[in-house]
Amino acid sequence: MSADVKADFLRGLHNGVPICLGYVSVAFTFGMMCTENSMPFWIAVLISMTNLTSAGQFAGTALIIGGGSLLEIGITTFVINIRYLLMSLSLSQRIDPALSIPKRLLMSFGVTDEIFGVSMQSRGQISAAYFFGLMTAPFWGWALGTLIGATAVSLLPAMVRSALGIAIYGMFLAVIIPPARTERALVWVIVIAAMISCIFYYLPVLQQLSSGWVIIICAVLASSFAAIKWPIKEEEE
Amino acid sequence: METGYPYLYVLSAVAVMAIVTYIPRMLPLTLMRRKIQNKFIRSFLYYVPYAVLAAMTVPGILYSTSNMVSAILGLIAAVFLAYKNKGLLLVALGAVAVVFITEQCMLFL
Repeated sequence: MSADVKADFLRGLHNGVPICLGYVSVAFTFGMMCTENSMPFWIAVLISMTNLTSAGQFAGTALIIGGGSLLEIGITTFVINIRYLLMSLSLSQRIDPALSIPKRLLMSFGVTDEIFGVSMQSRGQISAAYFFGLMTAPFWGWALGTLIGATAVSLLPAMVRSALGIAIYGMFLAVIIPPARTERALVWVIVIAAMISCIFYYLPVLQQLSSGWVIIICAVLASSFAAIKWPIKEEEE
Repeated sequence: METGYPYLYVLSAVAVMAIVTYIPRMLPLTLMRRKIQNKFIRSFLYYVPYAVLAAMTVPGILYSTSNMVSAILGLIAAVFLAYKNKGLLLVALGAVAVVFITEQCMLFL
């Protein structure tokens, strides 16, 4: 490892620490949610280590718990994670064009909202060593947080555990509400998606459709409507 | 660990999730050098995560606890804390605390 590569890696490692701390607490909640729904702790950790994502992994896991079909789980997770196409695309234009395929494949695994966001803040070309350093601490924080959350919950009394059922929804709200405060279009996306979801939940014939497909329908309708009515500006990318 | 846990189903689902999460991250970074120009597609992709999470939360949150009264109070607490920009864990645990306290109080009614 040359001095430059080492320095880049260490700089990335350093910048990844704040992301790691955030990930530990979110993953902790995820781990609790899994165990609360009778999932073995090691599967929760396996999900975190192979997926390394928030919303998609939560949604997919919620569908697993509900016994959804593999097709539903795959499509739902894919639809949520489709935004990574854009991040990966932006990133592809900031790296060395000569970078080898194996390095690109490994970097791809670390494309999360936060890691991507921090990596794009640095000036000029993003080196592979820097990106590898940046994704290291968050990856282990995500895995470890899940392990602690998943194993700690079984030590809790039953009354506390029944209250934990709402945790994942609280987490979802904490993801969608803060940005909606300053962006009207997001308020409409959320309201429309929630309304369509209720329609499918309560109307007699429609309620036979399983939750994964309802989510896909809600996402496509609400997002298309908003994309037509409020196309994003460049700076929102 | 429970006996009769559907390991095959769950592990297959985890594999599916891992693959469909990795593909959108991997394809552009390894293959593409060009930016998506279509404004509709870019806008659509921007809004998707919010729509998905909103649809998953409503009305599911109302049935996530042992009764709807505690769920509604938990929902209000979560919305309030999220609106105040509290972090994910604090919002989640705040809602849990409100549900727990409500259900404890209801035992005595």
